[in-house]
Amino acid sequence: MRRVGLLVVVLALLAPAVRAQDELRSFMIVRDSIPESLTGTPGDATRGRAIVANRSVGLCLLCHSGPIPEERFQGNLAPSLAGAGARWSEGQLRLRIVDAARLNADTIMPPYYRLDHLHRVARLFSEKPILSAEQVEDVVAYLATLKE
Amino acid sequence: MRRVRIGLGLASIFAASFAAAQSGDSSRHSGYQDMGPALQKMQDDDSANPGMLFVQAGEALWNQRTGAANKACADCHRAAAATMKGVAVRYPAIPPGTAKPVDLEGRINLCRTANQKAEPLAGESRELLALTAYLARQSRGLPIAPPDDPRLGPFREQGAELYKRRQGQLNLACATCHDANAGKKLAGVTIPQAHPDGYPVYRLEWQSLGSLKRRLRNCLVGIRAEAYAYDAPEYVLLELYLMDRAKGMKLEAPGVRP
Ligand code: HEC
Ligand code: HEC
Ligand code: HEC
Repeated sequence: MRRVGLLVVVLALLAPAVRAQDELRSFMIVRDSIPESLTGTPGDATRGRAIVANRSVGLCLLCHSGPIPEERFQGNLAPSLAGAGARWSEGQLRLRIVDAARLNADTIMPPYYRLDHLHRVARLFSEKPILSAEQVEDVVAYLATLKE
Repeated sequence: MRRVRIGLGLASIFAASFAAAQSGDSSRHSGYQDMGPALQKMQDDDSANPGMLFVQAGEALWNQRTGAANKACADCHRAAAATMKGVAVRYPAIPPGTAKPVDLEGRINLCRTANQKAEPLAGESRELLALTAYLARQSRGLPIAPPDDPRLGPFREQGAELYKRRQGQLNLACATCHDANAGKKLAGVTIPQAHPDGYPVYRLEWQSLGSLKRRLRNCLVGIRAEAYAYDAPEYVLLELYLMDRAKGMKLEAPGVRP
C-alpha cells in the first residue's frame, strides 16, 4: 500500500518536468556541440546582437562583457564575448547557450534552452525556456560574427 | 533638495563600486564599503540619512498608546535607549514559551497582539518599518551577536541550505553571487557580500526604507525564482544564517543603499 503511494508521488514529481522538456524541440548533441540548427534555419545576427545586449532578454551582459559599446554597464563574472566566434564553432556555441552545464557541471551560466532540473522557477517564467529556439539561433548567428 | 542629493548619490555610486572592484577586497566587509563616498556620507550623517525620518516616526509610535489595552510600548519598556539596546543584534530569536524563531518585526508584532491587544502591523507598512528602524537604531555600532540558543542550530542550517541551493529560471544560488562572485560586477553593480548589518535600509531605488525581507525578495525576483510568501518561514531561516555569517560586524541600521 505504502509502496503504491510512494510510486504515485514519484510519478507526480517526474511528470511536469518530463512534459515540460517535451515542449522543447529535439536536438542532438555530438561531443561538445549541437551541430544542427534548432529550427532548421540559420538565425539572424542583427536580432541576435539585440538579444545579447538586452539585459532582460539575453541577460548576457549581466555576467559578460562584449563589443557592444552602447551598453555602458557590463559584467565581469565571465570571459568577454569578443572573439567567441573565432574560438568556437557554431555547434559549440549552440550547446553552450542551450545548456552550458553539459560542458561544465558547475557553471553559473544559466541554461537558456532547458526546462528540467530547475527549482522554484517564478510562475511567470515556468514551463518556458529563457530563450526560444529562434532566439537561440539568432544569438548563435551573432556570436559567430565575433571573430576578434 | 532631496532630488538633488539622490542625483548626486547615483552619479558617484558607479565610480565607487568601480574602485571597490579594482581593489579586489575579499575580506569580510559591509555593503557600506562597496558604496561611493557620497552615499557613505548620506548614511553617516543623521540629517541627510532619510532612514532617520523613520526612526523619528518610530519613536513617536513607541510612545503612543494603542489597542484594546491602550498601552504604549514605552508604558512597559520605558526608555528604549536603555531597554532595547542590544536587542536588534540578537534577532531572529525564539521568544519565551514558543518553539520557532521570529525576526525583529515578528517580535514587535507579538507585543502588538499579546500586550497591546492590537492588530499586527502589516509587513513593509510604514509603522512596522518605523518601529523596526527605531529599535535597530538603539543597537547602532554594537556587534551582531546571534543568541547562544542550541534550538536555533537546525533552523540556521536550513537557512544555510537555502542559501546554497540553486533556484529560479537562471538557476543561481545566493552563494553563487554573494560568496563566489562578491566584489565582481553584475552589469554595473558591485555584488555585495550580503550582510544584513544595515537593515532596515533606505534604498534610493525604492525611494523608501525597506526590510531585509524586501531585499531578499528583490534578489529572488532577479533570478526569476518564485519569491516566498511574505509570511513564509524561509526569510527568517535565511536571516538566521546571514546574521550568523555576519557575527561580530557592527550594526549600522538604518543604512543607505543605491
Ligand atoms: C550568470 C552569468 C552568465 C550569464 C547570464 C551568461 N553567461 Fe556565458 N558564461 C558564463 C561563465 C561563468 C562562462 C565561463 C565558462 C563556464 O564557467 O561555463 C561563460 C561562458 C560563455 C561562453 C564561452 C566563452 C569563451 O569564449 O570561452 C560564451 C560564448 C557565452 N558564455 C555566451 C553567453 C551568452 C551569449 C549569454 C546570453 C545569452 C551568456 N553567455 C550569459 C556566465 C554567464
Ligand atoms: C545574480 C546574483 C545574485 C543572486 C543569485 C542573489 N543576489 Fe543578493 N544581491 C545581488 C546584488 C547585485 C545586490 C546589490 C544590489 C544593488 O545594490 O543594487 C544584492 C544585494 C543583497 C543583499 C543586501 C546587501 C547590502 O549590503 O545591503 C542581501 C542581504 C542579499 N543580496 C542576499 C541574497 C540572498 C539571501 C540571495 C538568495 C536568496 C541572493 N541575495 C541572491 C546579487 C545577487
Ligand atoms: C503590556 C506590556 C508590553 C507592551 C505594551 C509592549 N511590550 Fe514588548 N515586551 C513585553 C514583555 C513582558 C516582554 C518580554 C516577554 C517575553 O520575553 O516573553 C516584551 C518583549 C519585547 C521585545 C523582545 C525583547 C528582547 O529582549 O528580546 C521587543 C523587541 C519588544 N517587546 C518590543 C515592543 C514594542 C515595539 C512594543 C510596542 C509596539 C511593545 N513591545 C509593547 C511587554 C510589553
